[in-house]
Amino acid sequence: MISLSSQFPILVALAPLMAAPFCALFRGNTLPWAMTTIISAFSFYVSLSLLFSVVASGPISYELGGWAPPWGIEYVVDPLSGFMLVLISGISTGVLLFARDSITKEVPAHQLGLFFAAYLLSLTGMLGICITGDAFNIFVFLEIMSLSSYALIAMGERTDRRALTAAFQYLIIGTVGATFYLTGVGLIYMMTGTLNIADIASRFPEIEGTRPILAGVGFIIVGICIKLALFPMHVWLPNSYTYAPNIITAFFAGTATKVSVYLLIRFIFTVFGPNYSFAGLGLTDVLMPLAILGFLSMSAVAIFQTNLKRLLAYSSVAQLGYMVLGIALASEAGLTASVVHIFNHAVVKTGLFLSVGCMFYVVGSTYLKDLQGVGRRMPLTTFGFALGGLGLIGVPLTPGFISKWYLVVAVLEKGSYFGYALVAALMVSSLLAVIYIWRVVEVAYFRPPPEGTETQEAPLSLLIPTWIFILGSFYFGIETSFNVGFAKTIASFLMGGA
Amino acid sequence: MFALETHVILALIIPLLGAVGIAIASAAPNIRETVTLVTSVLLCLNVFSILPGVMNGVEPVVVLVQLMPEIGLTLKVEPLGMTFAAVASSLWIINSIYSIGYMRGNNEPRQTGFYVCFAIAIAATMGVAFSANLLTLFVFYEVLTLSTYPLVTHKKNAEALKGGRIYLGILIGTSIGLFLPAIIWTWTLAGTVDFVKGGILDGHASAGVTGVLLFLFMYGIGKAALMPIHRWLPAAMVAPTPVSALLHAVAVVKAGVFAVLKVVIYIFGIDFLSQTGASEWLTWVAAYTLIAASVVALTKDNLKARLAYSTISQLAYVVLGASMATSMAVAGGALQIVMHAFGKITLFFCAGAIYTAVHKTEISDMRGLGRQMPLTFIAFLIGALSIIGLPPLGGSWSKFYLMLGAAEADEIYLMIVLLVSSLLNIAYLLPIVARGFFYPPLGQSDEPTPVGYEKSDFSWRNIQEAPLFCVLPPVLTAITCVILFFLADPIMRLIEPILTP
Repeated sequence: MISLSSQFPILVALAPLMAAPFCALFRGNTLPWAMTTIISAFSFYVSLSLLFSVVASGPISYELGGWAPPWGIEYVVDPLSGFMLVLISGISTGVLLFARDSITKEVPAHQLGLFFAAYLLSLTGMLGICITGDAFNIFVFLEIMSLSSYALIAMGERTDRRALTAAFQYLIIGTVGATFYLTGVGLIYMMTGTLNIADIASRFPEIEGTRPILAGVGFIIVGICIKLALFPMHVWLPNSYTYAPNIITAFFAGTATKVSVYLLIRFIFTVFGPNYSFAGLGLTDVLMPLAILGFLSMSAVAIFQTNLKRLLAYSSVAQLGYMVLGIALASEAGLTASVVHIFNHAVVKTGLFLSVGCMFYVVGSTYLKDLQGVGRRMPLTTFGFALGGLGLIGVPLTPGFISKWYLVVAVLEKGSYFGYALVAALMVSSLLAVIYIWRVVEVAYFRPPPEGTETQEAPLSLLIPTWIFILGSFYFGIETSFNVGFAKTIASFLMGGA
Repeated sequence: MFALETHVILALIIPLLGAVGIAIASAAPNIRETVTLVTSVLLCLNVFSILPGVMNGVEPVVVLVQLMPEIGLTLKVEPLGMTFAAVASSLWIINSIYSIGYMRGNNEPRQTGFYVCFAIAIAATMGVAFSANLLTLFVFYEVLTLSTYPLVTHKKNAEALKGGRIYLGILIGTSIGLFLPAIIWTWTLAGTVDFVKGGILDGHASAGVTGVLLFLFMYGIGKAALMPIHRWLPAAMVAPTPVSALLHAVAVVKAGVFAVLKVVIYIFGIDFLSQTGASEWLTWVAAYTLIAASVVALTKDNLKARLAYSTISQLAYVVLGASMATSMAVAGGALQIVMHAFGKITLFFCAGAIYTAVHKTEISDMRGLGRQMPLTFIAFLIGALSIIGLPPLGGSWSKFYLMLGAAEADEIYLMIVLLVSSLLNIAYLLPIVARGFFYPPLGQSDEPTPVGYEKSDFSWRNIQEAPLFCVLPPVLTAITCVILFFLADPIMRLIEPILTP
């Protein structure tokens, strides 16, 4: 008998995919939301059980439709993809708890069905990218995720019409990225005759010196980096994050770019292999300068933002720089730091964007000038934001500190003077984070609230999910056996498997 | 009562529970203040119940939580930390009494938040005192910075905002920018960040690396207020005086120099440091800070600002002691942590009492005030004499051991520096008392009296002291300064084990 749990690898992505059309048919405030939340929670449950079974008995391979790879599509759950599935579905579920009251303020009621359908599709795309073991299938899921996210971002237009141009800009840039990726996959298919990732990886050493492969690898890396918003290919991200509905910003900040980081890790370490990527191709020389420039310049740019969501968006680009830096270090320690930071930053940033969502709910704006004195108007929300901000800075007991510790250890492991300079750059970037967070804290606590406003907290339905993420971030900053433990497992798995 | 380990954990938990209790009792000020007092007494009893064990050479270790697979948040009580914790916890009781007098006497707003942050800051101080490794020290060091930020900016006006910026900017900037990299570097070099007697870097770091690391540590620990990163301390004086008294004369700054001592003794190791000679520059920077801060103090007319610069100068004594890397000098540094705490808190208490009674902050306005507030000014005198280092006051011992240390290290110039500094201390502290007693009050003048016919300026009618809760604490701490003179021997016996390898 085929038990349900043996079908989990497909169900995790299939459930949201199948639910999406039904969701689009639903009307009203509650029904689409409830269905989306249930489906997302189901995916979360499935992801968790997949991860546990990977831990217990090693990677899982699932043959789609019973066709054996390399002819059929293979779904693979290894420590990295299991970890990502849990992260994505977990963040999604948490954000959805927040969504019910938040989204009705921003999206008209008759569009809610479509909104949540797009949300589910987007979730499908992200989960699918992480679980599939097929390079072309990745492209399919990438497009599912991207197309639905264009729509989701555009739905912020009721608050600010600029959401439309932001979505359009993302559409153009995102499509370029996806096309690059597809071109690269095509070239690799031409040379290897297969799309299965494990299969490509096993044939890769024979053909790795050839010119088409070089071009293919280039296309893939650039394509992923566009999707990842690696500096200087990040311009779409601040706009999209600023004008998207609040829950979408919170959801994407925790997941969308992290999926791209996952892809980068997957291709560099599993498909191309670290030897080829770093020794042969010298990817370090490409990725590292961009990462360093990225976190330095974007942290600096964040200081000057007048819109809180935009400020956090620039900070996200900077934090992505840390993750790419960890990858570019080409060491197990670096990879550990990178994976830890994927997780930690996702939790912290989601919490921050949710607290901004609370502020928007009450104040109706995310511009700093409108948020003056918000610390007195919304003490709980603002305190949550401040605590989240500490996580972004990397104060001890927050997960940001753990990430920074591992990143600096990885950098110092390199030893050279360049390593020392890099540590200095990292510290400068953290200090810039202090400045941009503290600007907000000062505006919130030291400026008087506008005349005629009273203390009015966001409703509990918003506060509770926000604080779950804020407290959760402290949990993962103090009890690190989950995030650090898995990051170490993943790093040794990927480095050892190469 | 319990196992030693339990007492160590309780040292953290008691003030934190106190903070919760204070927050709950927000609506009833009398109950709230009772909670503060009870908490501080409990904490003090608890800390002193660890003392006998430590005196007997027991070093209880508690792992709070495994922060990373490799390193945990760990507490360990050793003599130096025991001393620091004992000082901070006993002064918290007196300071709590004083806070009540001061905050009520000046009708300060947001008192609940004040007491909550205070209790958290004390918990962090306990954590710093009992930290077993650099990571734990760093964690509580940062908690201390962040929990005192709301206290510094308590007034919430433009000045407080500016002070808070400097405070946070320098303390967070140095700790994240220099201290943390130094810790991680130590970790990659030695494979451990535990505080181990004799140091952990010997054999893992070359002389050059040791020098750079020492630089990172000394300027990373911004709380030690070595010049030129001392600016946060005067900036922090915008806080209400009880905060300046306990936190910026005792807990925070002492956490800084305490960390310096710990790093020098347990990370570098005194012997390793004197072999490599890496700390020579530090001696001179400390000596410079010592003199320069005293000179700046001379120019300050604002009493709290003068005291702040005096603190910077006195902290440099501890760093100086650490940098000379001889056992006598280190003993002097450790004693200075204790002695200066009681002396300086007395002075701040007096400054706050003056402010509460007559709302004066500038020294030039305080002429003749001694006639009006004799108890306050006598307490100030005793505190000042202790800081200058005259017997029979506690402060004389730390100066004595530092002198011994300088002699042991054959540093004649340093002995001169110490001498000059003591003279400067006299020059900026004693005139305050002298003006208070011997000058007529502002706007009045004494009638000229022929020699031999002087009358006493003192009269009971003139006395107008601050509320009892504001006057009692400085009197108590001044008396303690005298008592400490006779307690030097037990304190030395307590810290002796760390000096002998």
